Amino acid sequence: MSRFRVSGGGVLRAYTWLIIAWLALPVLVMILFGFNDTPGRYNQSWQGFTFKWYGRLFELNDLTKALWVSLGVAVVTMLVAGALGTAIGYALGRYRFRGSGTVNLVLFATMSSPELVMGASLLTLFVSTGVGLGVVTIAIAHIMFSISFVAVVVRARVLTLDRSVEEAAADLGANPWTTFWKITFPIILPAVFSGMMLAFALSIDDFVVTNFTAGTTTTFPLWIWGATRIGLPPQVNVMGTLIFAVGVLIAVVSSVRARPRRAA
Amino acid sequence: MSRGKRLLAPYFLILPGGVWLLLFFIVPMITMLSLSLQQGDVVSGYVFTGHWQTYVDAIVDYKTQLIRSLIYGAIATILLIVVAFPVAYWIAFYAGRRKATFLFLLLLPFFVSFVLRTISWRQILTDEGFLLGPLKDAGLLSAGFHILGTPAAVIGGLVYNFLPFMVLPVYVALERIDPRVVEAARDLYATPLTAFRKVILPLALPGVFAGVLMTFVPASSDYVNSAVLGSSSTTMIGQVIQAQYLTSSNYPTASALSFLLMAVLLIGVFAYARALGTEDVMKVAAR
Amino acid sequence: MPSLNDPAFLRGMTQSRFGRRDALRLSGLSAVAMALAACGVEGTGKTAASAPAPDAVAKFWAGKKGTGKLDFANWPLYMDPKQPELKKFTAATGVTVNYQEVIEEMAPWFAKVQPQLAANQSIGYDLMVITNGIQFKQFVDSGFLAPLDHSKLPNYVANAAPAYANESFDKGNVYTVPFTSGISGIAYDPAKTKRPITKLADLWDPAFKGKVGMFSDTQELGNFGMLVLGIDPADSTPEDWKRAAAKLKEQKDAGILRRYYDQSYIEAIGNGEVWITQAWSGDIFQKNVSDGTNLQFVIPEEGGTLWTDNFAIPITASNPVDALTLIDFFYQVDIAAELAEYISFVCPVPAAQQKIRDDAAKATGDDQKSLAAIAESPLVFPVEADYSKLHYYRDFKTAAEQQEYQSTFEPIVLG
Repeated sequence: MSRFRVSGGGVLRAYTWLIIAWLALPVLVMILFGFNDTPGRYNQSWQGFTFKWYGRLFELNDLTKALWVSLGVAVVTMLVAGALGTAIGYALGRYRFRGSGTVNLVLFATMSSPELVMGASLLTLFVSTGVGLGVVTIAIAHIMFSISFVAVVVRARVLTLDRSVEEAAADLGANPWTTFWKITFPIILPAVFSGMMLAFALSIDDFVVTNFTAGTTTTFPLWIWGATRIGLPPQVNVMGTLIFAVGVLIAVVSSVRARPRRAA
Repeated sequence: MSRGKRLLAPYFLILPGGVWLLLFFIVPMITMLSLSLQQGDVVSGYVFTGHWQTYVDAIVDYKTQLIRSLIYGAIATILLIVVAFPVAYWIAFYAGRRKATFLFLLLLPFFVSFVLRTISWRQILTDEGFLLGPLKDAGLLSAGFHILGTPAAVIGGLVYNFLPFMVLPVYVALERIDPRVVEAARDLYATPLTAFRKVILPLALPGVFAGVLMTFVPASSDYVNSAVLGSSSTTMIGQVIQAQYLTSSNYPTASALSFLLMAVLLIGVFAYARALGTEDVMKVAAR
Repeated sequence: MPSLNDPAFLRGMTQSRFGRRDALRLSGLSAVAMALAACGVEGTGKTAASAPAPDAVAKFWAGKKGTGKLDFANWPLYMDPKQPELKKFTAATGVTVNYQEVIEEMAPWFAKVQPQLAANQSIGYDLMVITNGIQFKQFVDSGFLAPLDHSKLPNYVANAAPAYANESFDKGNVYTVPFTSGISGIAYDPAKTKRPITKLADLWDPAFKGKVGMFSDTQELGNFGMLVLGIDPADSTPEDWKRAAAKLKEQKDAGILRRYYDQSYIEAIGNGEVWITQAWSGDIFQKNVSDGTNLQFVIPEEGGTLWTDNFAIPITASNPVDALTLIDFFYQVDIAAELAEYISFVCPVPAAQQKIRDDAAKATGDDQKSLAAIAESPLVFPVEADYSKLHYYRDFKTAAEQQEYQSTFEPIVLG
């Protein structure tokens, strides 16, 4: 790999670090202002360091409720989209069948459609059918756009599956059902899990589609959006920091576990 | 399993998810199209009349915003390529064993909700905030100077929020380049610059194209960046559509604009995919 | 989070598929055409309002009981954050109130709750405060508001100013009773503007380039656009609206305007983003007290706007009986006085004025000064003469008229 290094590797390295710093800047500001000793919602200027907001995290009932709604919807999305998406991904990866092209096209369309259009069209559906808006419609929307991401991840894994293991199981008398659950599924499980994590992350952070399908229900991103007019309380910074920390922890743990084991 | 059952297996598998996508992705597009051709008002209801005049009125009223959105999206995408390429290049060729770590560091900020990140930027860039305030006090900037509310702020926000979507595909493409090809070029007396220009760059292009696909569409239809960091002179079509639905309850116009936006972007994506030849993109993906 | 080492994941993320056959597939949309015509949106009301049926009140309230709790949606800056009035209410009746400041502007509020109310679904609130205007009429015409049982509002009947019963937007207070009234005028920071502001024309002054704020609400914006040209909004015509729109566009194109705001204007003028802005009367006094700013509010010479924010109970409320009790509670003289002392908006209970004077006499120092000022302020207790410079929002007879008005001003805000 060293043969085609362009001279100036040092410049590029510095540049990369600069970009990393630029990307991290607002996150650092967010974490910092979670420690701001400010009297209330006016969290704009630095007034001193304090841990008190970490103790007063759940003081704002509607913010806490919004966080719970976000978490609940994300878990449901992860499970349902995980199941539906895995099924589609497996079918696309394992079999060749007529209509696979259409399915691939629809998956591509869901992933590349502007969120705005997806959210707006869902609103028109719910308005035309008169079903109202709320937690259920939010979940429906989240599951919808997560399915394709899960399917794509699983499909990629299934495509590279080594069939010989399955064939060996069949030779030993296992029926396809047993083969799938005892052999194939454990092998693709990491990919399924990846897809589910992706669905969870997409759901908990979603703003645009949720904005159209929520009505008066509030999720964590929606609450933040609504509160910016009056002023973001420090609790938001603290929650953001904690969610960030948990996400980082999960990522670090899962990639440490994914590292190939050294030969004994 | 009998042969018949095996043939049906994939269909059973895709059925639940497929139905969900049909009901909640395809059907809504139809209801949106239908609503755009309806007339009435939010109190007494809407009726389908095939009234396509709504589209004409929508284009006349909001063509500025539509064009502006496409321009902002295009500028942001170009800037994204410029900003992301060197980073992807360095990580692919210089980071060695720490590649994953650097990619992780790059993606780290995106564990924070993007609404929160964008609002953090607004806090950093406020007129009298801790960034601009001291500079103004020191006399380096005029009192009326502001970053927020300018197109630069909005495009900056777009570049910031979509950077990973450009870095990752370019990185994947660069990472797959077979070192022997570059060696061969050098053996044939190519200078490093020529090797880059004639060998590495073309091989990286599919990654760039994939990145463009993943950033241009969301960037052009974005409304959060403009709403938080912009002003009335930077209004993008996404904000107009959102306002027509969620402020004015003007469903026909809103749906017409939404449909128009989707059509414009879809046509763009189609033309783009045809122009560059889909095999290139697939080759990178399949390897 | 999937491992970035995993090529499968990266592949999955970057894969895209396309081809000619797919393009042709997408063009098979003929079946879609049939589906289009089948869609429609049911409306719940008529735009020509009809008087509610005489037994509507009895029908709505039959069998409804108190539940001991209620959810109250209101605008920001309409109550002391410590919520003393609500605490007193809970102490007196045992009913707990969940108070949420979720309403920032009328149009988005209506658009947000409309799909749920049209589907007969609860919006999560039993009591809300809505301004008289376009959306108020839409609420009434759509049948989204519960008719009030005046037999359960003794304090209102006894203490409210009589004029409110004759308001054109809700004659006889069938669906709403006032929470407070307010005045839209100009707020400015004298330290930045360096001179007193007295006229609407000052909002167009190039000396304040880039530091002027206006409301994004089309009725507020349109009113000021008309008043600065000397047009009375009450008898304005579509031509007048176009002239006003042109004047507003001038303000934007010349770069004088910084931004169109909803409730968030108060933050903007507080942090210096704007120096002079369209504003709501009470907000400024509250900001000065809570943040120590020195902002001024003035009713412009050319005129200002008078509006009323009203208590309303959505028809799908789960706890309407408790909501009604809370409404009546706010009409107790001492509670009305306490509220007015904090929010500094127009008080609908005339007897509160004397109560505030009494409170001022008992207080000392700064408290006494501010209480005395509130008791005599024309912004809290206006007299006949004060009303001469104040105008209402334009009333619309038909939905078409209203849509024309909005489509004249919306492109300015959105463009």
